[in-house]
Amino acid sequence: MAQAKTASTSGRKTAAKSATQNVSKDFTGKNMSDFGKDDELHAYREMLLIRRFEEKAGQLYGMGFIGGFCHLYIGQEAVVVGMQMAQKEGDQVITAYRDHGHMLATGMSARGVMAELTGRRGGYSKGKGGSMHMFSKEKQFYGGHGIVGAQVSLGTGLAFANAYRGNDSVSVAYFGDGAANQGQVYESFNMAALWKLPIVYIVENNRYAMGTSTARATAQSNYSLRGSGFGIPGIQVDGMDVRAVKAAGDEALAHCRSGKGPIILEMLTYRYRGHSMSDPAKYRSKEEVQKMRSEQDPIEQVRLRILDGGWATEDELKAIDKDIRDVVSDSADFAQNDPEPDVSELYTDILL
Amino acid sequence: MPIDILMPALSPTMEEGTLSKWLKKEGDKVTSGDVIAEIETDKATMEVEAVDEGVIGKLLIEAGTENVKVNTKIAILLAEGETADDMKADKPAQESAPQADAPKADAPKADADTPAATSDAAGGKAREAKDETPADAKVPAQPKIDIAADPDIPAGTEMVMTTVREALRDAMAEEMRRDGDVFVMGEEVAEYQGAYKITQGLLQEFGARRVVDTPITEHGFAGVGVGAAMAGLKPIVEFMTFNFAMQAIDHIINSAAKTLYMSGGQMGAPIVFRGPNGAAARVGAQHSQDYAAWYSQIPGLKVVMPYTAADAKGLLKAAIRDPNPVIFLENEILYGQQFEVPKLDDFVLPIGKARIHKTGKDVTVVSFGIGMAYATKAVAELEKDGIDVELIDLRTIRPMDLPTVIESVKKTGRLVTVEEGYPQSSVGTEIATRVMQQAFDYLDAPILTIAGKDVPMPYAANLEKLALPNVGEVVQAVKTVCYK
Repeated sequence: MAQAKTASTSGRKTAAKSATQNVSKDFTGKNMSDFGKDDELHAYREMLLIRRFEEKAGQLYGMGFIGGFCHLYIGQEAVVVGMQMAQKEGDQVITAYRDHGHMLATGMSARGVMAELTGRRGGYSKGKGGSMHMFSKEKQFYGGHGIVGAQVSLGTGLAFANAYRGNDSVSVAYFGDGAANQGQVYESFNMAALWKLPIVYIVENNRYAMGTSTARATAQSNYSLRGSGFGIPGIQVDGMDVRAVKAAGDEALAHCRSGKGPIILEMLTYRYRGHSMSDPAKYRSKEEVQKMRSEQDPIEQVRLRILDGGWATEDELKAIDKDIRDVVSDSADFAQNDPEPDVSELYTDILL
Repeated sequence: MPIDILMPALSPTMEEGTLSKWLKKEGDKVTSGDVIAEIETDKATMEVEAVDEGVIGKLLIEAGTENVKVNTKIAILLAEGETADDMKADKPAQESAPQADAPKADAPKADADTPAATSDAAGGKAREAKDETPADAKVPAQPKIDIAADPDIPAGTEMVMTTVREALRDAMAEEMRRDGDVFVMGEEVAEYQGAYKITQGLLQEFGARRVVDTPITEHGFAGVGVGAAMAGLKPIVEFMTFNFAMQAIDHIINSAAKTLYMSGGQMGAPIVFRGPNGAAARVGAQHSQDYAAWYSQIPGLKVVMPYTAADAKGLLKAAIRDPNPVIFLENEILYGQQFEVPKLDDFVLPIGKARIHKTGKDVTVVSFGIGMAYATKAVAELEKDGIDVELIDLRTIRPMDLPTVIESVKKTGRLVTVEEGYPQSSVGTEIATRVMQQAFDYLDAPILTIAGKDVPMPYAANLEKLALPNVGEVVQAVKTVCYK
């Protein structure tokens, strides 16, 4: 079963290449986490929640309920779900502005996230943060950052705090292939390697930094090698296969918890939608997107395995779909009907 | 001709030092590059190398002598073939040794006033002697007026003369003893003991876990500090100067200042960014900017800029305890200056509260940080002319204690502000706007704002002096608003 698919994202070589000898496993569909029924069903549910949530967010945006910038995570669901399955309580998560999936994966409520998107008082930030700026102390989610690359230094600071306190928590810092070209990423790599900080750097390589393909933006498009100058090991992972992500996450987190310092996981993934709601995505062909959807879709992969394995019937999966749709519609209803923040909130939460 | 070896300036702000040790004695042969003496400044002990070859003819300053002014002759070097007799012409110089602290009348005039006479001296770094004319001395040293009693200090408290440098160090050490979540990070803060020696001794007491040397990577370590603060630690991030914080300003503003608001109050950043701010001496445009007005514009930040050592200590302790991000703007020139600091176990001052430095009735002068050095000097000058100034040290730029300023203006009807920063959108113009809006009817004259000039800081000594505010400008502005 584990060999069922050797997922290779279209047009890209996904042969696992370890940047150092520390990590040498192949995470591209050959060395998979041993997913049983529970794992598959859990992953299916979690990824579907993100997919349906984002589709609904897109709808609400079109209806004018969500304003400003809204960056959808559709296509990349396996990355956060697989990582979350590998993490343990206390591990911190931080990312940039394409953050709805990360929040849902950490267990933040669909209502709270959706109401923040619509700028209502029941949102995670009382409506004052918006799509790009949400946090949950309870779920150890540290944002939600609108400045490309800033979350990498901040995530390194979270890891610094873990090392300072001597606990065994690990910081998981996500950034895109675009952010990977920011200077502070390398300043952070240097300090994390120097001080052996417990942090997993996750490059979500979805092949486009807004409208610029990696080929046009970077001289070294194997992002797993980006830490090699600092001795940080890196692994390329098939980010469309949740099992590969989970397996890589397990290894990376164990690496960090054993005191070996930072590690980089390059997740080869793909976003189906435009960079933001206002992006017609003219920089790539419809065929390219369609090919990814039909051949590599992270949710469809799990669905087929579940059916193959006889772990659920079509009807049972439909029941899960319905549950998810209910959760998402409930969040949308809540987010449309919840009042806007009280005007007095304008001047709160500036200083403690 | 025997060569004079002069007391060298070993840093941009050094005016005097201790000649702690001679490594050569009279009659010793020296070649260029030999270490001839050790000199201790308030920041470090430095070795002085010989520039010229020759034989030490005479050591003019005894080892261990303190307060030797820069450019004082400390030894005479004889060239080949010269003997002690050749030094006779220089006799008067010996009498101007600083121990006596005598007027320099006997010393050859050329020594003090001619840069050429000093430029080849030991270390080759000697600078033009400072012009100490009261009205335009670049940075007046000490206030000559009595500081009004600080209501935050209990009557009868013993006061100890302390430098601003020591006060800052003591504040950090006390807070680190008190709270294990407080740590300090920055360039050269640990093993080097601080680029300006503000963190002296902290590594020895608290260890490398809590006193963290960073690589030269301002943007990165500011972000690491903010991240650690978001996780609940209380970092003190030292910038070697706030000029370098320009590389980190995104994290200071977008990450530190805005997170509390963006998270709906869930998490903020209890962090202190501190370091020297503004002009030092002769370090040019990229090292000489005052950022008080910049940071004061940002909601979510507190901005503190102390003048005295007592305020530096009490406010830094408050900043470290504050749950919000605090910008703590120090000044390199003030580091070595001494002030009275109350001897109290836990001296914490309130952020956001101005201090009436001197009460007066004729005119209000508001300043902060090193601006107070000009203001105090001007106040003393004006007193001679019968003008009684009320001098307010703002201490905190944000939140600004405008009520104290307005109360004073209601009494005096006149206001002058003094700062070193650029004039456009300065702290002074902000004060002027708000006083105009809130106390217009009490004003008897337009508010005047004294600031640095609207130019990048020049390097040339004469131009630098012109670019900064001076005491004469403050005196003139006060007279103008008093119509005198």
